[in-house]
Parts: sequence; structure tokens; C-alpha cells
Amino acid sequence: MSDIIETRALRFSYPAAEGVTPVVLDGVDLSIQAGSFVAVLGHNGSGKSTLAKHMNAILLPTGGKVYVDGIDTADDGRLLDIRRTVGMVFQNPDNQIVANVVEEDVAFAPENLGVPPEEIRRRVDDALKAVGMYEFREHAPHLLSGGQKQRVAIAGVLAMAPRCIVLDEPTAMLDPVGRREVMDTIKDLNRTAGVTVVLITHHMDEAAQADRLVVMSDGHVVADGAPREVFSHVEALKSVGLTVPETVELCWTLRKDGLDLPLDALSDEECAQALYDLLAE
Amino acid sequence: MALKDITLGQYFPGNTPIHRLDPRTKLLCTILYIIALFSAKGGAAYVVLFAVLCACVAVSKIRPKVILRGMRPILFIIVLTAVLNIFYTPGDPIWQWKFLKITVEGLWAAFFMVLRISFLITGTFLLTYTTSPIMLTDGLEKLLGPLKKVRVPVHELSMMMSIALRFIPTLIEETDKIMSAQKARGADFDTGNLFQKARALVPLLVPLFISAFRRADELATAMECRCYHGGEGRTRLRQLRYRGSDIAALLGGCALVAVVAVLRTLGI
Repeated sequence: MSDIIETRALRFSYPAAEGVTPVVLDGVDLSIQAGSFVAVLGHNGSGKSTLAKHMNAILLPTGGKVYVDGIDTADDGRLLDIRRTVGMVFQNPDNQIVANVVEEDVAFAPENLGVPPEEIRRRVDDALKAVGMYEFREHAPHLLSGGQKQRVAIAGVLAMAPRCIVLDEPTAMLDPVGRREVMDTIKDLNRTAGVTVVLITHHMDEAAQADRLVVMSDGHVVADGAPREVFSHVEALKSVGLTVPETVELCWTLRKDGLDLPLDALSDEECAQALYDLLAE
Repeated sequence: MALKDITLGQYFPGNTPIHRLDPRTKLLCTILYIIALFSAKGGAAYVVLFAVLCACVAVSKIRPKVILRGMRPILFIIVLTAVLNIFYTPGDPIWQWKFLKITVEGLWAAFFMVLRISFLITGTFLLTYTTSPIMLTDGLEKLLGPLKKVRVPVHELSMMMSIALRFIPTLIEETDKIMSAQKARGADFDTGNLFQKARALVPLLVPLFISAFRRADELATAMECRCYHGGEGRTRLRQLRYRGSDIAALLGGCALVAVVAVLRTLGI
């Protein structure tokens, strides 16, 4: 498999203010394979959102390089190619919906790309069906729930036919129902449509659903691997100000008391099974 | 304060012949109707204009109650115009008290002026009630298209308009929220004189503006992410196309202007 996004020694700092140059990203090397589902986890100020914004040239590196499908993001002339390859969904659904009618909003990106009208119609219908919002196509976005709005926003990006979608904390402003809707949609897109997904989040349970988990702290990648493996390093995660999923936390606490429990139980069932097995012995 | 009751510029989806007309047709017909309205003179012309308006409202299936509710904010202007016309039109006095006098001509002038304003407002309401804001801005963009040649930023203007329309409900909701938050902490928006009331709005407007700027910034980024790069090379999901019904409606509009003009020259 090829890499859809690649960062090489990526550094980013905001312009110096009062003699201090805040370094947000400090040498990030990351390759994201096409078709994978990668979660980027980190606490506030870890640089995870800044990293996301480098993935479709909203921000340009102050040092190092970012390649999207082999294109250097600093290449001004290929900006549209970069943006149509990597779509981005943001935190607040209200602030990314452009039109008053759902289907017209979803049509926004293909319209910008100069896609012929019949093709736009097909893409809009497909994108809305993919996120399960087809029956709402003629509704006004402001009357939808948060989860529904965010799914419309995802459809709006899908209509560009991107190969990768970067989602910057898409569930942060949603209620639990909305969060589940959005997570199910994202997973479905990755599994059935083969879209590469990069999910920026600070929710452990969301990160646990990815194939690969990258943990950021102070502008560095501090852990990178399968969620099971990353979460089993409980002390390391705690040292960078992150918690672990509750099931792992429980097993870890019990282990400290001398019980022999695995640290990779990410679901309630696995955790219950591990406890059951232990008690049965 | 019932901010959510504002119906100005609101769209009621539907599938009537009027809803289906091309937005350009509706814009042009509204302009024709306004021309007819302002050249109307005499009872017969108003009867014709009223009949046309009623027919359009009936076909569009917009409930008259909705239109009346929409007129409420403009009631003051209607009443003021009526009063000014009643007292300031010279002619046969039928009632006089000191410098105030009411004339027969004044009463008629006021009556027709009230009709004229209400018809004008109902006509424009009908346009916005039956045309989605996006269609409306699309129509305007297309109609004003030739102005691009003289460097009028037609696409940018229509984009700004449609975004403004998109954010009206969002900002109204936000205003409601901020007001509730301020009231919960003892702010008073309802009592005091005009000056005090205006001052009470400052703590409301400051957070509203800050949030609006933040929204604008985020929206701009989101639009760039979706490859927005101005009007150049842009296609549209909905293609505007004149059909038979549009030609009929435009001919109808022209006929209305002609009828009103004939009635005016005949002096009926």
C-alpha cells in the first residue's frame, strides 16, 4: 500500500511574539497509508490540530515537508489537487455548512471543482446516502441535530470524492447519540468505501476504534502503533497527561494489586471476560 | 422577545406552479408587478392588481395568516403613511380643528397608499416565501451576470448574500442564548427608557460580534477546504432554465403592466 500523507521532519511555529517563538510541531515524521484508519490522540495544545491543518495545506510547514499523494503541499499551483485529495471536517458543524438546503450544501465542493451538473447530482445523492442523510436532502441545516449536521458536513467533503478525510475533533460538540452516529459513519466510510480516515480526537474510546493510534504531546509523536499496544503502556500515557480507556484503567489498577490481568482489553466484553477467566481459575 | 418569530425573508418549501418558476422569472415578475403598482391610478386598476395578487397567493398555497404576520413589523410605516396622507393632502375639508383638517382627497390618497404598500409587501413576500434563498441569489447572479463585464463582482455579492441568509437563523439562535445567559445573571433588557435599553444591548452585542467573527474565520477555512476559489470555473447543481410556464408568467406580467397603463389613460 502507498502512503497518502507523509510528513518529513515537519516543524511548525507561529510568528514570534514578544521574543518567544512558540513551536507547535517539532519534527513530526508520519506516514499514513492509503485505506487506513488512523486516530491522532493528544491533550489540548499537543499540536494535533495543527498537524491536521498541515494535511491539506491550510497551514504550510515552517520546516520540513508534507506530501499529499506525492505532491508537496508548499506547491501553490497544485493547491486544488491537494484539497480534493484530502478533505477536512471541523469541530463545529454550524461553521462549515455554507448553504440553506442540505443538498445544496453538499453540492458546494463539486460546484467549486467545476463538475458537470448531472455528475454533481449523482455525487450529492451518493454522498448523502453514504452518511445516511438522503431523506433529509431538502431540509434546512439549522433545523437538524448536531450529529445530523456533522454528517451533512462529512457528506459535503465526500462529494469531492477525496481519497482521505481528516476529521478534527468532529464529535467534540455533540451529545452521546450524535457522537455515535458520527463514529459509525466514519468507520463505515473507511470499511466499505475504502476512504483513508485520520481522526483527531481526545476521546480514548474513539481512538480505540482506529486501526492505528498516534499519540502527540508537545509537538512530538510519543507513541505510534495499534490501539491495543499503545494503551497497554499506561504509565507512558499518563505521563503525557492522557488517560486510558476505563477497562484498561481497571485492569491496570488491579494488576498493581498483584492480579494477573491483560492490559489490552479495550471493550467491556473483553474486560469482563478477562475478569471472569481470572476468577474462574 | 420572540426573535424566532421573524418571518422576513423566510422560505416555505412547496411544489406549486409558483414555486417551480425560474427565480429569474419571479424576480422579473415582481419588478413588473411593482411597476404596475406604481403606475396604477383609480379603483379599477387596484381591483385588477388585488385580483392578480390573490390569485398568486392562492396558487402558491401560502396561508394568508403567514403574510399578515409578516406585515406586522411594517404596520407602523403603513399607519404613519396613512396618517400623513390623511392630514396633508389639500382639497375639500370634511372635518377641521385648528390647523388639522381631513379632506376627501386625503382619505382616498391614504386608502390607496395603504393598498399600494400592502400589495408591494405581499408581492415581495410572495417572492421570498416561494423561492429558496439560494435560488434567489442564483437568479440574481444570472440576471446581473452582464454586469461582470464592467467589473461588478456579481458572484462575490451573491455569495455574500447567500451566506448572510444562511447565518441569520444561526445568529438569532445565538442571540437568544446569550440573552438567556445574561438574564440568568440579572441583566435587564425590558425596562428603562430607550437610552437605558440601548445600553443594555452592549453586553449582548459584544459577544455576538466576537462569535460572528470566529464563525466567519472558521467558515472561510472550511470553504477553502472544499476548494472554493471564487466564481471562476464554477458549475451549479441546479441549472436555471426558462420553460413554457416562465414565458407565460413573464407575458402575464407584461400584460398586467399594459392593462394598468390602459386603465390609467382611460382614467377609470
